[in-house]
Parts: sequence; C-alpha cells; structure tokens
Amino acid sequence: MRHRVKGRKLGRTASHRSATLRALATSLLKHKKIKTTVAKAKETRSFVEPLITKAKADTLHARRFVSQFIKDKEVLKELFSEIIPKIGDRPGGYTRVVKLGTRVGDAADMAIIELVDYNVIAEKKEKKTTAGKTRKTTKAADKKPVVEDAEVIEEVVEPKKEKTEAKKEKKSTAAKGSAKTKKTESSKSTKSKKDKE
Amino acid sequence: MAHPKRKISKSRRDKRRTHYKAAAPSLATCSNCGEMKLSHRACPNCGYYAGKSMFVPES
Repeated sequence: MRHRVKGRKLGRTASHRSATLRALATSLLKHKKIKTTVAKAKETRSFVEPLITKAKADTLHARRFVSQFIKDKEVLKELFSEIIPKIGDRPGGYTRVVKLGTRVGDAADMAIIELVDYNVIAEKKEKKTTAGKTRKTTKAADKKPVVEDAEVIEEVVEPKKEKTEAKKEKKSTAAKGSAKTKKTESSKSTKSKKDKE
Repeated sequence: MAHPKRKISKSRRDKRRTHYKAAAPSLATCSNCGEMKLSHRACPNCGYYAGKSMFVPES
C-alpha cells in the first residue's frame, strides 16, 4: 500500500534527487520561468514554495535556513531583496505549472514552471507574438502555390502547412477521396479559419 | 507444465486484436489563435494557456 506516501523518486537516489531539486529551485528563482518535465516541475513546486514562505520572514535564521538549499549567493540575495517584496501578501501558490505536451526525443510530458508574479514578462512578449502571427499568415499565403504538391501526411505534423492544405482540399474535395479522419480535420480547420475571418 | 494444445489460428488471433485500437487525441480549438490544441496544455502554435502567454513560439 502506498498510503500517505508523498512525492516522487524521479528515478534517482536520495542524494541525486535532492541535488536535482536544489538545482531546479535555484534556476527557477534565477530565471523565474523554466521548462522541464511535468513530474520534475511538480516536485520543484512543492520544494520551492515552502522555501519562499520561509524567506518571507526576512531574518538571519530564515536566510541561513534557505541557504541550506539555495547555494547560489546571488540568487539568495535576489530572493530576499527582489522576489519576496514582489510576492507581497500572497498566501502560498507562488508558482504556476503549465503543461506543454510531449518532448520529441523521448515523448516525456513537458511543462513550464514559473513564478506567478513574474508573468509580467510574458505580457511584454505578447506584442511580439502578435507580430509573429501576422508574419506567419503572410508566409503561409506566399507558400500556398509551393506547398500544393506536398504529401497529406504533413498535415498532422505542421500546423502551418495544415492551413494551406485545408484550403487546397476545400477546392478539390470531390477530386481526392482522402480518408475520413483527414476530411474531418480539414473541415475543422476551415471552420476555425472562417471564425478568424 | 501446461501447454497450448493448438496453435492459435490467424482468425482467432486477429479477432482478439480487433480491440487493439488507437484512441483519437481529444483536441480543442485554442481560444487565442483558433488552432487545434490538446486540452489542458499550452497551445503549441501561439504559446497561450488560459488567456496568458506562457512562451513565445520560435517561428
């Protein structure tokens, strides 16, 4: 029975595990947002959050306690001087884990873990993403004649090409008797296109 | 030790395997860009999840 057994072993020995979690915690506090596997992200969450709570009391004792786990002195300073004031009165829940899907090499479930109060950076990036989107659409429009001969298998792999493919199939739906699943996919994407327009 | 008396025929083998099926992924449309995406995951096309930008896609 695994009643009340907490945490994941992450396929590591105790010392290796603690080293991993310390490293992950340090990089999270340093970069505010890191990409890792879902299991490690969730473990990091339950490792960092108590440390941040502890660091809220800006005492020598708290500083020494946290320094047991965060070995990077610069990061430790930043935690006490910058991160803690920004976090303010938040009663826990300082981090956010968002799943991303699977990694290419080993199909591991990936996730992003970030400090909640530092999503301001993402807001800045929003403008960039919108710019990128417009570029993409124009590119897709340019590519249209070139991609026409591409194989149907690519539809699933690349979302960009899917659009053009869908358009192409829309034109010649009767001509090519493609498989049912592909048809439904194309119809869905055309719907989404219509919504956009 | 007990052993099978008969070789499993192709028919029986294949009948057994009719239940081996690949499940279709449960896709939903992204609320930000309208592209298809897996539910409970950030959109790989625009990097948004629950109205927040989580990452900026490479292209």
